[in-house]
Amino acid sequence: MTVTEAPRIVTSRVGYEDSYTIDRYLATGGYEGLRKALSMTPEAVAAEVDAASLLGRGGAGFPAGRKWSMLRKDPVTYLVVNGDESEPATFKDHLLVERDPHQLVEGVVIAAYALQVTRAFVFLRGEFALGLERVQRALNEAYAHGAVGADIFGSGFSVDLVVHPGAGAYICGEETALLESLEGKRGFPRIKPPYFPAAIGLYGQPTVVNNVETMSNLPWIVVNGGAAFAALGAGRSAGTRLFALSGHVNRPGTYEVEMVKTTFRDLVMAPVYGAGVRDGREVKAFIPGGVSAPWFGPDQLDLPLGQDEVGQAGSMLGSGAITVMDSSTCMVRAAWRITRFFARESCGQCTPCREGSGWLERVMRRIEHGQGREEDLDLLLDVSDNITPGLQWPPQQTTICVLGPSIPSSIHSAIEMFRDEFLLHVKEGGCPHA
Amino acid sequence: MPDVPGPPEETVTFVLDGREVTARKGEMIISAAERAGTYIPRFCHHPRMKPVGMCRMCLVEVSGPRGATLQPSCYMSVADGMEVVTASDKVKKAQDGVLELLLVNHPLDCPVCDKGGECPLQDQTLAYGPGESRFVEEKRHFEKPIALSELVLLDRERCIQCARCTRFAAEVAGEALIDFAGRGERVEVATFPDRPFSSYFSGNTVQICPVGALTATPYRFTARPWDLDQVESTCTTCAVGCRVAVQSSANRITRLLGVDADPVNQSWLCDKGRYAYEAVNGDEVAATPDAPDAPDGRVTQPLVRRGGELVPAGWGEALRAAADGLRAARSAGGPGAVALLGGAQSTNEGAYVWAKLMKGVLGTDSVDAQLGDGLPADLVLGLPQATIDEACHARAVLLLTGDLREELPVLFLRLRRAAVDRTTTLLEVGPVPTALTPHAAVSLTVRPGDTAAAVRALLGGGSAEAHPHPAGPTVDDADLARARRLLADGLPDGAVDGTGVVVVLGRPSVAEHESVVADAARALAQALPGARFLLALRRGNVRGALELGLAPGVLPGRVGLEAGRAWFSAAWGAVPDAAGRDAAGILSALAGGEGVRALVALGADVAGDYPDRGLAARALEAADFVVDITGHRTSTTDHADVVLPVAVAHERAGTTTNVEGRVSRLSQKLVPPGEAWPDWMIAAELAAELGGDLGLTSDTEIWSEVERLAPAFAGCTARLLDAAATRDGVVVPVDLAAVPSHPVHPIDPMGTPGIESAERQGAPPRVGQSAPPPSEGPVALGDGTASGGDAVPGTGRPAAGAGIDPAATGVAAVHVGPADSYSLRLVARRRLYDAGAAVTHSPSLRPLVPAAEAHCNPHDLDALATASGEPVRLRSARGTVELAGRADDGVPRGVVVVDANVPAGAGTLHDLIDAAGAVTEVRMESVR
Repeated sequence: MTVTEAPRIVTSRVGYEDSYTIDRYLATGGYEGLRKALSMTPEAVAAEVDAASLLGRGGAGFPAGRKWSMLRKDPVTYLVVNGDESEPATFKDHLLVERDPHQLVEGVVIAAYALQVTRAFVFLRGEFALGLERVQRALNEAYAHGAVGADIFGSGFSVDLVVHPGAGAYICGEETALLESLEGKRGFPRIKPPYFPAAIGLYGQPTVVNNVETMSNLPWIVVNGGAAFAALGAGRSAGTRLFALSGHVNRPGTYEVEMVKTTFRDLVMAPVYGAGVRDGREVKAFIPGGVSAPWFGPDQLDLPLGQDEVGQAGSMLGSGAITVMDSSTCMVRAAWRITRFFARESCGQCTPCREGSGWLERVMRRIEHGQGREEDLDLLLDVSDNITPGLQWPPQQTTICVLGPSIPSSIHSAIEMFRDEFLLHVKEGGCPHA
Repeated sequence: MPDVPGPPEETVTFVLDGREVTARKGEMIISAAERAGTYIPRFCHHPRMKPVGMCRMCLVEVSGPRGATLQPSCYMSVADGMEVVTASDKVKKAQDGVLELLLVNHPLDCPVCDKGGECPLQDQTLAYGPGESRFVEEKRHFEKPIALSELVLLDRERCIQCARCTRFAAEVAGEALIDFAGRGERVEVATFPDRPFSSYFSGNTVQICPVGALTATPYRFTARPWDLDQVESTCTTCAVGCRVAVQSSANRITRLLGVDADPVNQSWLCDKGRYAYEAVNGDEVAATPDAPDAPDGRVTQPLVRRGGELVPAGWGEALRAAADGLRAARSAGGPGAVALLGGAQSTNEGAYVWAKLMKGVLGTDSVDAQLGDGLPADLVLGLPQATIDEACHARAVLLLTGDLREELPVLFLRLRRAAVDRTTTLLEVGPVPTALTPHAAVSLTVRPGDTAAAVRALLGGGSAEAHPHPAGPTVDDADLARARRLLADGLPDGAVDGTGVVVVLGRPSVAEHESVVADAARALAQALPGARFLLALRRGNVRGALELGLAPGVLPGRVGLEAGRAWFSAAWGAVPDAAGRDAAGILSALAGGEGVRALVALGADVAGDYPDRGLAARALEAADFVVDITGHRTSTTDHADVVLPVAVAHERAGTTTNVEGRVSRLSQKLVPPGEAWPDWMIAAELAAELGGDLGLTSDTEIWSEVERLAPAFAGCTARLLDAAATRDGVVVPVDLAAVPSHPVHPIDPMGTPGIESAERQGAPPRVGQSAPPPSEGPVALGDGTASGGDAVPGTGRPAAGAGIDPAATGVAAVHVGPADSYSLRLVARRRLYDAGAAVTHSPSLRPLVPAAEAHCNPHDLDALATASGEPVRLRSARGTVELAGRADDGVPRGVVVVDANVPAGAGTLHDLIDAAGAVTEVRMESVR
């Protein structure tokens, strides 16, 4: 069991009862990163972030520094923070917005300064009632403190932040759907090209969209330097990362661990993290990066928590949600429930996702409830193939956005890894675990 | 038109299924491939709307940095060196997969679906997807159908969520009244609470729906498409001249569909044009077969007045009676004692023959196709003309007209789109906001009577208002300066000659004398010699009627009476001695018993449509003899001595002329009901009865005479009009250089009407034409030496425009006096759905006619201590009407706006208007 000595970068204050107040924040080094950043040139701040090799923490893992460098030059540019964390079993940003909202605000202002953006929007999941309240309160305090608004800390730099609550659609976590929603329109993902909001984003202007956790890393990176961040982890996966650990572990929760140096097994088994599988059972399978990700079996527990390492093994760290399923789990049921989520959350814009998710969900439900046929397995895979041609990793898609290829991940994994269990459902006319 | 880039054309070369193809830069793969002969299946793609890439049917493999990937060909533009594969196994599997997915929740109720037989989903299911669905589960269910509006029903189960209808509403019509609601497979098209899809353009969504989800109440369950027979024709409900496919079954029109005529309607229609065929069918007649001439139905046999009653008569008897009446009037009062009003509902051929009868045989010049709601013929025919396309690409468009959405709806769509796409800049001068006001760079609000003063101020001098209202001027100086700048914008300093400016000229209010607008137009033509004009006259073929001589002082082919006297005297035998009276003059003379005794109403409801209803009623009362040539009974019929049943739209062949002066083919689809005749035939037979022989026995003969005699139509031969290249019509005078030489082809195979085209998705043919089969390839136009309209030396044929001087003639300006604080100036605004025959006799449209309200500034209503919505009384020197008052911030102080020609209390607004006055002043009183 490896528990590295890496510092806690984004969760350093969560132990305090009053971690969300400006008093606690200032007492624990708050807004020092911003002050330091304002003493540097914007380019120097961006260079630190680039040097940190900070990979975006939203799911795609795109390097933040590179994303910033792609921002098209224009008199009007925007920064948008994606806090629409809505995927099942994903709750790491939830912790950050509730427990350390000032850290988020500071990170956003640092990013705004580096990008020379004067308007920033924080789009938070509407169900984050407490989080919304705390971020809004932190924002008010930060305005009063001079850390946001006009002439921040006398530097001459000004930026306004707006907190925008989402309206309850998972799809608005997709960055272009988020921008549509922010513009007051229906949350339909935009069709690509243009591929990047950095070229055409909010209101048609160049826009950087970053995740809450990505922003929350910035104060530390500015204070300690990009190199210190890059020294943690290994390869492209630098620094620490938050993982939302859930499922059949003894201590589910959000843990900040050093990337690559820590493995899935460490996270599941270490007493300070998951503390082992419940009731001493075996791991049957686990989802390494949220319900969009292909599943792993117990033989992959020793993979390091690194973006490239997991990608090469055929899945992704994605949204940082790791769900452990023990030997008592019905894999058909697990995959069905995930499929049902996607069927309900498909925005309905393009045909393969809109109709395919519903069809797959119906077939999965049928199998789970004993009305399955053997040929349904081929049907599931073929319909999946019509959404994600080739069923390969990284996925191709016939859909507008990546919600499409997310749908078949669990079905494909479950059939590949547990075909016998599907056949048992068919043969026995019901769920053997029920 | 995101998908149809205009010139100058840059090209790119890409590889399509292994062969090199050249395409326009920026063109989408789906369009470039189609032009190269490769059809890619699609549902959501529509070439007249922005792509959305939603249905995914058009996925093809496109080479890219990450290898070949599946991309929507409707959303990806071609690029140099791009490799596109449309027929690989991967593409086929993706397309088959999408098709199967589209059918997962589709009810497959084709046997009871109106779209069956012409359904893109049905057709593409034959070509793509598995033969049998693997989906065995329960499909989604919705209540069906639900009404989106009075005219459009939605079967949500059939919807494939392609967003064609929602995009049309938002993007083309500019009224986002429908949108998606719900998520995933529960996504449905919905209206907003308490806001139905009340749009003048709603029928277009039905036409472009690729499944049977949207149906129109007039057509729903009335026909199967394979039972329908169709011809391509031109809609004459208004003067835009939209090209349509007219479909019928058992001698009844079942449906009209818009045809994609690029210079005109670009596939769109308004709902009035689309559904007013109900009036042609005379549905009320069918409802009461024992009363063939019931007031609501068609007039199907001649009637003569005997013992005070109109009784059925044979054609011989009726024509004799008509001839006798006209002859008697002429003997009593000379040729000028006979007058004709109307002709705007005629074909070009009908208008010509009537002009020849009235001017050549009867010798009267008192004919007028306009009923006091138009502009002097000298202006219409003499101002330099602009096409719709020219307006849409003009440097600036000056709108000096009524609300185009109400008057010429598809012209509104074109100009709105041009403003949104920034291909032109709109400037507006008018008394009240219009549907284009939100798109106008500047809107100058002027009170009735001040139009010419405002235009003069705009052109660089003087005050915008002769007599400002006591509450202050309505025109803002800053706005005036901005409008002035925009008119001169892009030109070198000092060169403000109006080059690149198009003036859309109409009548902002029929309660303002035509001389006021005419005065403004002359000022514009004088100050801006480079400007061109688009005459926004409303009635069907009013332009054609004026071009062919149905106006005082002109002869067919845009020639003044004197300039054409020798030429037409030679051809016709005689022409009138002197210029005659216009509509106002004819009616005043009739009413006053001063020279005019007999009136022919040619497809015109003089009593109902003339703005000054009191004058019209007195004139018809005083007339010795009235002949009403009509398709429906109107209030004029009550005054008639002889009623002659006439063939109306879709019942006669010929040509029509739109607002641009564009001549296009009318096709006959129906046999006229009962004994109705085309109007040219009535004229020819009447001439014979009067002892003349017009020598014309068919519409083709008439057209060749028009082409030969009428200078503006020279070169506009039947052969030219029937050529595939010019099926969208030809602007007269014919400019050889501007006539397209290659066949146009429909740009949306899926949306082009016709069963045949729906079956042959790849390369649909043109819909059938009534005329001989079109010749393909370049059109030969005779010797090709001269454009039409030029004078032909040695023959005596005058040039088009000879003797027409828009600057020198016309009605003298009428003095506009100062207003007092108590009176309001009346703006009579026209509505699309009005009390005219087309709407009144169309059961689907009649309920949509609004009740008139008196819109006025909140201050003026407050002064009466009357709340918005409460009744008020409007009193003019002419009469009184009672109607609801409505507070409207858009109306300036001292102005009251009322919809004309719709019911206003017990009467209509026309009861208030004094045709002789420059403006109509009214007092507004509260009714308690």
